[in-house]
Amino acid sequence: MLGLSGAFTIDAERPREDLLSAFKTTPPRIRLVDEAITSWDSLLLVVLGRWREQAKQAQIELDLSEMPEGALRLMRLAETVPQQEGAGRDEGKPSFSWLTRQGERSLHTLEGFASALAFLGNVSFALGRFAVGKARYRKSEFWVTVQACGPNALLVVGAISFLVGAILAFVGAVQLSMFGAEIFVANLVGIGMVMEMGSLMTGIILAGRTGASFAAQLGTMQVNEEIDALETLGIPPMEYLVLPRVLALAWMTPLLVLYANVFGIVGGGVVGVLFLNLSPTQYVSQTFELMTLWFCIQGLIKGSTYGILVALCGCYRGLHCGRSASAVGEAATGAVVSGIVAIVISDALWTLLFMVTG
Amino acid sequence: MKKESPIPAAPLAVRDVELRYGTTLIQKDLCFEIQQGEIFVIMGGSGCGKSTLLKHMIGLYRPHSGSICYGGTNLWELDPRSRNRLLRNVGVLYQHGALWSSLTLADNVMVPLEEYTTLNAKERRELATLKLAMVGLAGFEDYMPAEISGGMRKRAGLARAIAMDPDILFLDEPSSGLDPLTAKQLDDLILELRAALGSTIVVVSHELASIFAIGNNSVFLDAERKTMLATGHPVDLRDHSPIPKIRQFLARGVPRNDNTPPLEITI
Repeated sequence: MLGLSGAFTIDAERPREDLLSAFKTTPPRIRLVDEAITSWDSLLLVVLGRWREQAKQAQIELDLSEMPEGALRLMRLAETVPQQEGAGRDEGKPSFSWLTRQGERSLHTLEGFASALAFLGNVSFALGRFAVGKARYRKSEFWVTVQACGPNALLVVGAISFLVGAILAFVGAVQLSMFGAEIFVANLVGIGMVMEMGSLMTGIILAGRTGASFAAQLGTMQVNEEIDALETLGIPPMEYLVLPRVLALAWMTPLLVLYANVFGIVGGGVVGVLFLNLSPTQYVSQTFELMTLWFCIQGLIKGSTYGILVALCGCYRGLHCGRSASAVGEAATGAVVSGIVAIVISDALWTLLFMVTG
Repeated sequence: MKKESPIPAAPLAVRDVELRYGTTLIQKDLCFEIQQGEIFVIMGGSGCGKSTLLKHMIGLYRPHSGSICYGGTNLWELDPRSRNRLLRNVGVLYQHGALWSSLTLADNVMVPLEEYTTLNAKERRELATLKLAMVGLAGFEDYMPAEISGGMRKRAGLARAIAMDPDILFLDEPSSGLDPLTAKQLDDLILELRAALGSTIVVVSHELASIFAIGNNSVFLDAERKTMLATGHPVDLRDHSPIPKIRQFLARGVPRNDNTPPLEITI
């Protein structure tokens, strides 16, 4: 017989871990008796469960019948529904073998590649239907997206482009002033912004701002089964949700790139006038001396590509989001990361192409 | 012999409470008391403010006027630390389980144990396993909420709600959206928890089968008059309430065992 007394609660002192340590020799049967249990909660159940397991392993009969009735009821309750077959996660546990992990990762990457290709195909099909005027989407949704990714981004795009222009001017001035060639800062900033930095900075801002927002919007719709509801109604999500977003960004990004170019050149001009003793007229005329329309077109082509890539990455991540709150966060992060990676890769490809074609 | 709480949580009294969302009146003149060990049902039609009242009772929102008293102490007269200590004795099952999606079921149950107890990791895990077993989810400890069904999520939410052996358990629509068998199992579980732990249980529901199976006191809220129409045992209200609306609500679909004529429903 083992008498229990005192408090068996979460806040109280822990009872002995090992049941058999209370006995000098191993008895064939142990009867637990409620001598003076002052209070108990679920901890008593945990302790009794643990002791019962120990007794079972030592092939000792454990008699709990004199334990508090409520505790016994709860123990019976926990045993009423046996563990469901296959409920354990043993088969699904991640493998620690390096080879298996690499294999699983490769399969996962392949699946991702295939689903991205399928997504691109579906978007192309939706664009085709749009081109022949058969696409089904809400015009109001399109204009709301245009407003969100165009005019609402003016402030941040303007501020960052202005500062990038100013930084380019400062960095250039340090080198050029050694040769007394500060005037060429205007060319550096002008060509640098128009050909490269204006579009690149706009793309990166859109990836962080609009791409993440697309992924979060569509991801939340996925969680709330709104996309399932669209499909059930026979409305293709590609046309209804993806198309307006891709079109809006494809249209707005070149405009934002032009706007960024102007602000970048102004930023460089402010540095030139205030710190390099150039006159505004000198700066402007020097900027446009070497500038050609082709430089501008290169920047706009890059910018449009970035806009489309950002929209595609955001929508893809959103539509392939899991069905939980954390999955929405992962989709938004994935949209930003893949958007920026896509921008940098396409920048490299365009730059190479423009160099080769002269 | 269940543990004693530092602050007595029952009886829970709702006195002259008025609920508003901004300027919109939800309910007014709410006045009732819930005794220790009762299963108290808050019932009424859709949109009458049942869940809103529950959220006020658990201290998520402050009533526009009136008081909510736990064991004679007005919840909103306590300083925030004491209020938190009191609410630690309260367990809540939200309508859709409200499990934290980035945590496994066991981790969900272990969060309050980590925050408020000195149990070590092994003990917390044992306790979480026990609670999940109580709600019929033995073996599902390492599943993520997204990997289980809605009914299982609800039961896992209940396991989290009872993790700290609360004195008062609030259940928001526990059996809605469940099949009749699972709903019945959940009702049995609620009754068993009350019998074993002596907890007070407050249930928001409009599921008649559940209301009659578990409730031993209730309040009926009305969306049109924006106030409570009656309190009492659900069966008494169904059979003897002088208010036709309550009788109609409670008699719907339930076979009557008395000889009263069918109710006339005016549309």
